[in-house]
Amino acid sequence: MKDGYKEGTIYSNDEISPNIFEVILEGDFHGIPGQFYMIRGWEALDPFLARPISIADIDSGKLKLLYELKGRGTHIISKLKKGDKLSLLGPLGNGFDLKEEGRIAIITGGIGIAPMLYLAKNLPDEVDIYSGFRSNAYFLDQIRPYVKSVNIATEDGTTGHKGFVTELFEPSKYDLVYTCGPTPMMEVVIEMCKGIVPVYASMESRMACGIGVCLGCTIETTRGMERVCKEGPVFKGEEVVI
Amino acid sequence: MTKVKILGVELKNPVIAASGTFGFGKEFDEFFSIDKLGGICSKGLTLNKSNGNKGIRIYETPAGLMNSIGLQNPGVEGFIRDELPFLQGKDTVIFANLGGHSLDEYLEGIELLNDTSVDFIELNISCPNVKEGGMAFGIKCNTAESVVKEAKKVSKKPMIVKLSPNAENIQEMAYTCVESGADGISLVNTFNALAIDIYNRRPVFNNITAGLSGPCIKPIALRMVYEVSKVVDVPILGIGGITRAEDAIEYIMAGATAVQVGSGNFIKPDITLDIIAGIEEFMEREGIKSLEEIRGII
Repeated sequence: MKDGYKEGTIYSNDEISPNIFEVILEGDFHGIPGQFYMIRGWEALDPFLARPISIADIDSGKLKLLYELKGRGTHIISKLKKGDKLSLLGPLGNGFDLKEEGRIAIITGGIGIAPMLYLAKNLPDEVDIYSGFRSNAYFLDQIRPYVKSVNIATEDGTTGHKGFVTELFEPSKYDLVYTCGPTPMMEVVIEMCKGIVPVYASMESRMACGIGVCLGCTIETTRGMERVCKEGPVFKGEEVVI
Repeated sequence: MTKVKILGVELKNPVIAASGTFGFGKEFDEFFSIDKLGGICSKGLTLNKSNGNKGIRIYETPAGLMNSIGLQNPGVEGFIRDELPFLQGKDTVIFANLGGHSLDEYLEGIELLNDTSVDFIELNISCPNVKEGGMAFGIKCNTAESVVKEAKKVSKKPMIVKLSPNAENIQEMAYTCVESGADGISLVNTFNALAIDIYNRRPVFNNITAGLSGPCIKPIALRMVYEVSKVVDVPILGIGGITRAEDAIEYIMAGATAVQVGSGNFIKPDITLDIIAGIEEFMEREGIKSLEEIRGII
């Protein structure tokens, strides 16, 4: 039997960049890169639903999660302190396929950088990461030790290339691409890679249950409608119907 | 102690997983043995397979959520072939929830289900998220009457009719359905509701409106169950925002024979077990030997 919601104790919960928080939970967590947990930071029925948040890292059983302040749920979680509890269900979803070798690119947009530390730690060395942000770059300092190069684009030019991250990246240089970010960005990455290099995309969707029953998060794939929380969140680029 | 009987079928407890919130049971059976449930309602079926709606499908609201899934389902034949064998192997009562875009679709669906082992057909005349049919059959009494009458002629299974809270008059609707042949009534389906994306200045959902469920609707749904219980003499399954045993007991006191837990399944996979345990505790504490003692006492 799978575990239901379990409590995790907060070890730290810090704002690492404006509106971007990193929470570390003590415990014996497990999961593979690309999987996620459903998180509740409140006992009451309002907010009603848990928040799906991907695994940023698991180190000695401690779970790291990166989240962006978006609404009431993440606001409540952001106010929690060391020693406070979160309720967690997971790990959920399929995660990234790690079997591939060769030259690898990781392309992220905004908070889509969240699963990439844990991914990079589990990949061979030949990894270039390309990360786009609206303004300030974040989390890359933690990823840097596990990759060959870090390439940054910001929409306002605060750091790195001024413009979109997809303008920095050449698909033909790689044997495999991983991407996570806003759907329009990932669609561009998938189009760029088509026929050139395989791409794994971690798709984003609104979820209610996280366990495959509400059908709220489904996307259209070449196999039909599939659930981001169950068959995904990671899909092969060529399977995603754009 | 918690046993209840619906039309001669015994349920080990009055807690049923509501349609559209439990899939076909497989995902939940990974978390707990679904044998422990009184019953399971299938995801809303239509005669033919459906991909459901495009665009945003889920939107959280205070103490609830709106959905516009649009009856994504494998079709009645897909259900019978791929999902029912698993459910049949479980020691629980099976309700096949059947929607339709037209009268003919309902009737063909019923004929296919007649030859299966499902215990009940739950006739869904209340889905707000399909363009043709669905809830349109559950707003006015005269349209509901014709569907229920024809369905009853074809059905060899006991038939529960699932009502929409959007019906013009819930008492008249329930009464009409029973007069037309409904063996039982379940209520409520979701409330037709609206959310607006103010920054993009458009509705959140492609269909403009969507169905609201969750604890926020419970007091209204409870009132409707109470009202319906005053005008019909068939088993009532109470639905709407149940997340605790206390909620379920309220529905039973308002006249429900059993309850269905819907959105609550999304916030805790084994919430139904908590509710069942809570009902048992309440009965022990209050010295209640059978739920019949408190049914409809309001």
